[in-house]
Amino acid sequence: MTILVSPSVVPHAPTDERPQVSIVIVGHVDHGKSTLVGRLLHETGSLPDGKLEMLKAVSARRGMPFEWSFLLDALQTERDQGITIDTTQIRFRTPSRDIVLIDAPGHAEFLRNMITGASQADAAVLIIDALEGVRDQTRRHGYLLHLLGVKQVCVVINKMDRVDFSQPRFEDIKREISEHLTGLGVTPAAVIPISARDGDGVAHNTPRIAWYKGPTVVGALDTLTPTRALTELPLRLPVQAIYKFDDRRIIAGRIEAGRLAPGDEIVIMPAGKIAKIKTVESWPNTPLNGPQGAGRSVGITLDRELFLERGDVIAHTATAPRDTRRLHARIFWLHEAPLKTGDTVLVRIDTMESRATVVAVEKAVDPGELTGVASTSIARNHVGEIDLSLARPAAADPYADNPRNGRLVIEVNGRIAGGGLVLSIDAGQRAVPVDIVPVESALQPQERAARHHHSGAVLWFTGLPGAGKSTLARALERRLFSRGGSAILLDGDTLRAGLNSDLGFSADDRRENIRRLAEVAAHLARNGHIAIVAAVSPAAEDRAQARRIAGDLFREIYVSTSAEVCEDRDPKGHYAKARAGGLPGFTGTGTDYQPPSAAALVLDTATSPILQAIGEIERMLLESHVLQQEPMDIAAHI
Amino acid sequence: MDHLDELEAQSIYILREGFARLKRLALLWSLGKDSNVMIWLARKAFFGKVPFPCLHVDTQKKFPEMYAFRDHYAKEWGLDLKVDFCPPVEEIDPTLPPAARSAARKTEGLKLALAKYGFDGLIAGIRRDEEATRAKERVFSPRGTEGGWDVRDQPPEFWDHFNASVPPGAHLRIHPILHWTEIDIWAYTQRENIPIIPLYLSKNGKRYRSLGDKDITHPVTSNASSIPEILAELHSTKVPERAGRALDHETEDAFERLRVAGYL
Repeated sequence: MTILVSPSVVPHAPTDERPQVSIVIVGHVDHGKSTLVGRLLHETGSLPDGKLEMLKAVSARRGMPFEWSFLLDALQTERDQGITIDTTQIRFRTPSRDIVLIDAPGHAEFLRNMITGASQADAAVLIIDALEGVRDQTRRHGYLLHLLGVKQVCVVINKMDRVDFSQPRFEDIKREISEHLTGLGVTPAAVIPISARDGDGVAHNTPRIAWYKGPTVVGALDTLTPTRALTELPLRLPVQAIYKFDDRRIIAGRIEAGRLAPGDEIVIMPAGKIAKIKTVESWPNTPLNGPQGAGRSVGITLDRELFLERGDVIAHTATAPRDTRRLHARIFWLHEAPLKTGDTVLVRIDTMESRATVVAVEKAVDPGELTGVASTSIARNHVGEIDLSLARPAAADPYADNPRNGRLVIEVNGRIAGGGLVLSIDAGQRAVPVDIVPVESALQPQERAARHHHSGAVLWFTGLPGAGKSTLARALERRLFSRGGSAILLDGDTLRAGLNSDLGFSADDRRENIRRLAEVAAHLARNGHIAIVAAVSPAAEDRAQARRIAGDLFREIYVSTSAEVCEDRDPKGHYAKARAGGLPGFTGTGTDYQPPSAAALVLDTATSPILQAIGEIERMLLESHVLQQEPMDIAAHI
Repeated sequence: MDHLDELEAQSIYILREGFARLKRLALLWSLGKDSNVMIWLARKAFFGKVPFPCLHVDTQKKFPEMYAFRDHYAKEWGLDLKVDFCPPVEEIDPTLPPAARSAARKTEGLKLALAKYGFDGLIAGIRRDEEATRAKERVFSPRGTEGGWDVRDQPPEFWDHFNASVPPGAHLRIHPILHWTEIDIWAYTQRENIPIIPLYLSKNGKRYRSLGDKDITHPVTSNASSIPEILAELHSTKVPERAGRALDHETEDAFERLRVAGYL
């Protein structure tokens, strides 16, 4: 299974003294990428002993002129047979750097492969044929380096031998490419005249380019630096998952920027909830003391139980990102179908994902063209700026403030179709989270339990309109009150008249409606009350969110009365209105109700009388220790 | 953070993404040094407990030391070990040449296991530095319903955003150590004190550099009897180790192939 690797080309594991730098070589096809790689391997002494002589001998025997690109092809073929080295990640050394060359050049020129490779690179070498000059692919690759955030770029102007090492020709091309790159905010680290075939400018500045005073290619590579982890920026810890493998509730993620330590006061965005980091968990040794910096994959626990989920961003209270539903981004597009205004896509920023609508498309051009014609859609392999409206709030940064939390990818049909940089965000209306200081209740939960003879719970009645949820909920409220308890009814329609009056019936608004109901109910339950929620809540996903918000306190009760019976009852006249076409989005006549699969109780009010149903609910609450035994029962036993 | 810290953090990130985004995940445990490192990384990612099954698709031709290792550490590490057997070679297409026919057993065994458990994600310990086709791999690599891989039509993958949607009947391969090298594996095994199968260490001047089936795995000449010695050997040896082929012959062959491909 494991193929042997030629040890002579495998460098030592890099140390602090020898930084490892990943580079890509990009540029127009046939401008000499393979030749440059072959020459670089030779000049840096990275070839297996005797390899070069052998290739030259074989070329001579066959009466062919030797070409440096054979070297790469020969190595590739050998590796295909399982013999020598990795030609897709070629490694070589400059005097003070270990260089890893990502993605062998000279093969398929698919832009998506160039992007996949270049996105992993610390630096890029952009190669230009001195005879042909700057071509469309040169400009396109330059533009993509900018969008991918590759800041270190060396330009090499190759095949100088074909233009008689003409300094004016070199200066012309240098001016053109430098203008293109600096216009994108990329300053070339060096522009170097070379002949990869003959070796001029690769490791030595030969007399033929005596007029050139800058670094050689090897010299320029030797000054590159690995991309630094963003430890000095404000903390950004996107939540990857919440694990409850044991009694710890661990929030897992990779620190994309900044650092954190136990005791830090943090805010969970976009919700703006505040907590303290209790511990940093690890394995096999745990917990960890001291700060953890950007680049680490960590797990933390908090000092309080808060609802949070994958896609939230943990930050320090004073330097939190703003939450937004509107983004302005500069993107590249790789999908066959152009991206147009009005399109619905999936947007990912770190671990957050949200449906989004393209509100506007601006400045759509082919970055390879010299004079781009602006268009209202972004075609494949083109770039442009877009306004996105997100279905849920996100905690994003402008790219200029935080490169990691300020870039996004766009998915179409489950496949990555584009990506780019967040240029600006429109802040939401929320209060600045630093002003939010949660105040805990003066009472302990057990104090209330002693008075009410029950602990807190959220009883969530779900079912079709007219199923009998409110009737059951009201009867239960009365029953619990009469035995000395504190039950509070939260009716979906009642809350829509006030707290949720800004919400309609779109999927997003329904989700938000449920979230608010769940937050209010969970707050009551955590303070020892029994919150009785009666809401159609047709989407299983929304109820799952409610369950996550309320945690162990959540009890789902499915009122399973059939659609026919509900329509027959029609207590609010909604079914009749919906049938007449006057209630778009009404659940019941459609097929959009998703029944629960794991409800604590299922009750059909068509077959079981109210009193019997209430009895069943009480039994369930007793069995799950929400209700204590009736006080009179206890008295009878004394 | 040093080099190994960076590799580790990246692998943990990938494992957690796989666990978050797929429903039925399994880790392919070949018992070798790479997949042992991978299990170690999974324990780090999930704080001691590997939360998905570890699947050994068994050719029943491994070394006894490998089976002993598997049974011991599956228990000690609390793994949910699933062992499934490859079909006998007689059931494989007899028109295939012998080596291909033997290799096809593993592919068939994996297909059977996939059908049996309905996994939508398989975590595999391949590395880019192993061979050319693996170097072209994505971290999340979609496989068709027949398990096939279309290298020409791979979606782009950048900034650690992975393509995780799985069409019905297909599955994803997830490669958490794609970016590691052989030296990284040994250096990390040493640093973390991860148990290894003793066959990797030199005995009577020979050791195994990789472990597969008994009949097709051969030891290499080596006096490295500890991990530091293996690392020193990998760092310093000048002679490329290869499968007994003459270099010049291969180069001629390489040229032939290039000619066929129209390079000259």
